[in-house]
Order: sequence, then structure tokens, then C-alpha cells
Amino acid sequence: MSDQNPSVGGDGAVLPVLSLDDVHVRYGGSHILQGVSFDVPATGVTALLGRNGVGKTTTLRSIIGLAPRTGRILLQGREIQGLTTARIVRGGIGYVPEDREVFGGLTVDENLRLVDPVRGVDADVVARLFPDLVPRRAQRAGTLSGGQQQMVALARVLLRENALLLVDEPTKGLAPKLVTEVADVLAEVARTTPVLLVEQNLPLVRRIADRVVVLDAGTVVHRGAAADLVADADLTRELLGVSMRREGAA
Amino acid sequence: MSDLVLLLVTGLGLGALYFIAASGLSLIYGLMGVLNFAHGVFMTAGAYAAWLTMGALPAAWPVAVRLGVGVVAAIALGAVVGLVVEVVLIRPLYRHHIQQVLVTVGLSLAGVAAAQGIWGADPRPVDKPVWMSGTTEVLGARLPNDRFVYLLVALALFGGLLALLHLTRLGLVIRAGVENRTMVEALGINVHRTFTIVFALGGAAAGLAGVLYSQYAGAVSPAQGGSLLIFAFIVVVIGGMGSLTGTAVAAVVVGLVQQLANYYAASGVGDLSVVLLLALVLLLRPTSLKGATA
Repeated sequence: MSDQNPSVGGDGAVLPVLSLDDVHVRYGGSHILQGVSFDVPATGVTALLGRNGVGKTTTLRSIIGLAPRTGRILLQGREIQGLTTARIVRGGIGYVPEDREVFGGLTVDENLRLVDPVRGVDADVVARLFPDLVPRRAQRAGTLSGGQQQMVALARVLLRENALLLVDEPTKGLAPKLVTEVADVLAEVARTTPVLLVEQNLPLVRRIADRVVVLDAGTVVHRGAAADLVADADLTRELLGVSMRREGAA
Repeated sequence: MSDLVLLLVTGLGLGALYFIAASGLSLIYGLMGVLNFAHGVFMTAGAYAAWLTMGALPAAWPVAVRLGVGVVAAIALGAVVGLVVEVVLIRPLYRHHIQQVLVTVGLSLAGVAAAQGIWGADPRPVDKPVWMSGTTEVLGARLPNDRFVYLLVALALFGGLLALLHLTRLGLVIRAGVENRTMVEALGINVHRTFTIVFALGGAAAGLAGVLYSQYAGAVSPAQGGSLLIFAFIVVVIGGMGSLTGTAVAAVVVGLVQQLANYYAASGVGDLSVVLLLALVLLLRPTSLKGATA
């Protein structure tokens, strides 16, 4: 086993954990992603932003092979576009989908044991980050609240060591208190694992994201520091059609 | 009273056969979304495997022993046929449902034609253990012993499949896959390997159904699997695709309705009443008995 850090190149420069190069996705006659290219650095939170329907979720799904794509995708310098979804995920990408997609007929513990057959809800990370799930281990996930289901979806991917987390709108439909809890979890996770986050909640982006990539009509139209974007009301309005003043608190 | 007891037990025995035939079909559709019209060929293959095995064993051996070995051969052949069909024919066609239906229908036709070509179209009698040919008197009714065997086998299969689904990791993956197989894969689980195992399991259950149905009919014939498949499909649709408990309940209901209608209406009305029951369930409760989409 090589002890070379896959995030460090031969010249000592820090490589991005994920690189997309000219990625296209077509569904039927629709050309959803039209040559998307960007890098995700190996630290912190990178927020993928854009109006509804510009291809943010499709970008995440294309990365793990759930959308038919062409182009080049590198995870820690290794091409993954030819691999199956299961192999890509086992190779180090954790995916938290939009709408959680927990297995409603399975218990909380069974949802977690799908990833960690030995520890499940008894894993340390669950007790530390999601203590509310421990007493609900035998409850069917379909009967949990939206916030609790989001915790299951997050816990599920954190049971495995990941090189990168893809998190799709984790605060969608959640009450403000739960939005804050989810933001706290993501901020803590991002200390050790880079996160590519699709999110519409700009205050949350301002709070936890380091960088932003903005999509429009299937292409990247802006890259930069998250603080710079949210501080520029005109640019925010132009790119996203919203202003920070109208957004709620994270 | 004795007539009713006889009808109930024979109806339950028939329902047991239907459950054994339908359980694999239900699992395969629930997890993989594959309407396996070749399931009847799996049953026919099992029936012929047992018949040939029993014929190849020394005639001095007790029939029950030869039947036991035949059952093992039928289950093994069913599993192998299921595995090969999944890997060679179904796997390249995932997400192409029309092509899957065409391939499995084609396979069912080809399987029947092949059996006719090799062994002829006429039914071939099978040996039956003496005890299974006899009867036992209960509450004044002389009940055929073979129905008890079908019931016991069906109960064992039901318990075994429930244990598999709820006590093993494979079962956990299957239950998750029935809900959302894409998400199972997105958790890094090789769902295709699970597909192959489930298809082999379905084939094994079909092989078992085939040999028991040949005992019920007293003969093997090329079209036998196809006729049992029709009732298996009805059971699966009424019970809810992918629901094992729903399948068990529906199998019992279908077996009883068929038997009671045949006796209290007229011979042959049983089949019609089962089709009417299917139509009734679909009209009044399109989500099926178990609540899954029918």
C-alpha cells in the first residue's frame, strides 16, 4: 500500500479532491449539463449554487454515475467516469440525496447497518453527531420527522470514511432550528472531509461554505470565494435571482 | 361439515402450491422490477429434473427417498437455471422492461418446445410415495395426505424466506432494494450481485414448486409450469408485487376460492372465480391486499 498522499501532486502542490472536465449530461432530447468543469479543493465546503433547474442535482448524480454522462471526472487524481455507482461510492464518495431517500420500511438501525453491518446506530459518530437517533434505533425511518430523516441520511454516509461528501439540499423543507442543527453537523464534518454542497439557503452558504461554483443553464458561470459572492448583492441577484436581505437565517 | 373440512384443507394445499410458485416471482419483481414470464420454465425444469432423477435412481429404493433426492435435484437445477438466465439474458436488459418481457416470454415458449421435442407433449406419470397417496381422517373428512406435505413445505419456505429477509444482511439489502434500489447502489452496495442471488433463489423456489405440482397432478408435462405460472401471477398481483406476506395471504385466498367455487358452483368455475377475484381486487383496491402497487 502506497503511503503517498493522493491529494498531493508530484510537485508538492495540493490537488483537488474532485475535478470535472467538460461533463455533459443528456436526458432524451434535453442537454442538461453542457460542458461543466470545476474543481473541488481537498478541504472545506464548496457550495454548488444556481437557480432551480440549472443542473445542480444532475451534477451530483453525474459524479456518482446515477446520470448518464460524458466527459472526465477525477477523484483524487483517478478517473472514475467508467465505474459503477457502487464502486465510485466505495472508492470514497458519500452521497446524501435531495429528499433524503431513507428506506422508510427499515428501522433507523437497519438503515445504518446497510453501510456499517457491525455497528449501525452504535457507531461512535452517531452518538457524537446524531444522539437523537440512538433511542430511535428500532423506529421505522418512514415515521421519523423530516429533520430526523435528514440525520439518518447524513449518518448513513458518515459511517464510512469518505474522500468527499456530496450533499444535496440538506435543509430543504426543514424548520429553522433543524436547519441550524444540520449546518452545525456539516460544519463539523467539513473539518475533516471536503464537502460539495448543493444549497439554496444563502445564509447557510455564507456560514459554512468556503467557495462557490454557480451554474446557469447547464454551464459554470461563476467560481470564487463564498464570502465575496454573498457580500455582493448585485452579483448575487444577477447569478441567483435572490438577495441576502430576503433570505432567512441559517 | 366433513365436506367443508375437506374443501378447506384441499384449498389450503392448493394455496400452498401457489405460494411456493409465486414467492420467487414476487421477490424477483419486487427487487428487480422484472416480470419473469420464464418462471414457468423454471418450474417445468424442476419437475423434469425430479422425474429424471427419480427414474435414474435404483427402483429398489423407497419412493419417498427417491422423491427427496429428486426435490434436491429440482431445487439445484432451478437455482442454476435462474442464475444463468439472470446473468446471460436479464442483466444486459436492466431498465429495458419491454425487452425483458419479450426475452422471458420467448424463453418460456422455447422451454416448452424443447421439453416437447425431447420428452413429447404427453404427460408422463410420476411415482408418488404411498403415504402421500393415502388419506387421513379428520373431523369425519378423509383428507389427502399430500396436501399436508404441500402445506408444511410452504410454511417452511415462508418461514425460511422471512428469516432470510429479516435476519440476514442479504435480506436487509433485498428489503432496501425493493424500496429503492438506486439508493442501495448509492450507498456502495453491489445491487447486481443481489439481483443474481435473488434470481437464483426464485429459480430454486420455482424448481421446488415444479416437482410438488407434478406430485399433485400425478404427472409431468411440458405445459405444466405455464399453467401454474398463471395462478402464480394472479397471486402476486393480488398480494402486492414484492410483498412476501401479501403473496402468502393471496395464495391462501386464491386456493380456497378456487376450491370452494369448484364444489359449490360447478366444476371449472374455480378458475373463473379466481380471475373475477383478481378483477375485483384491482377495481376496489388497486394497491392490492398488502398495499403495494398491484
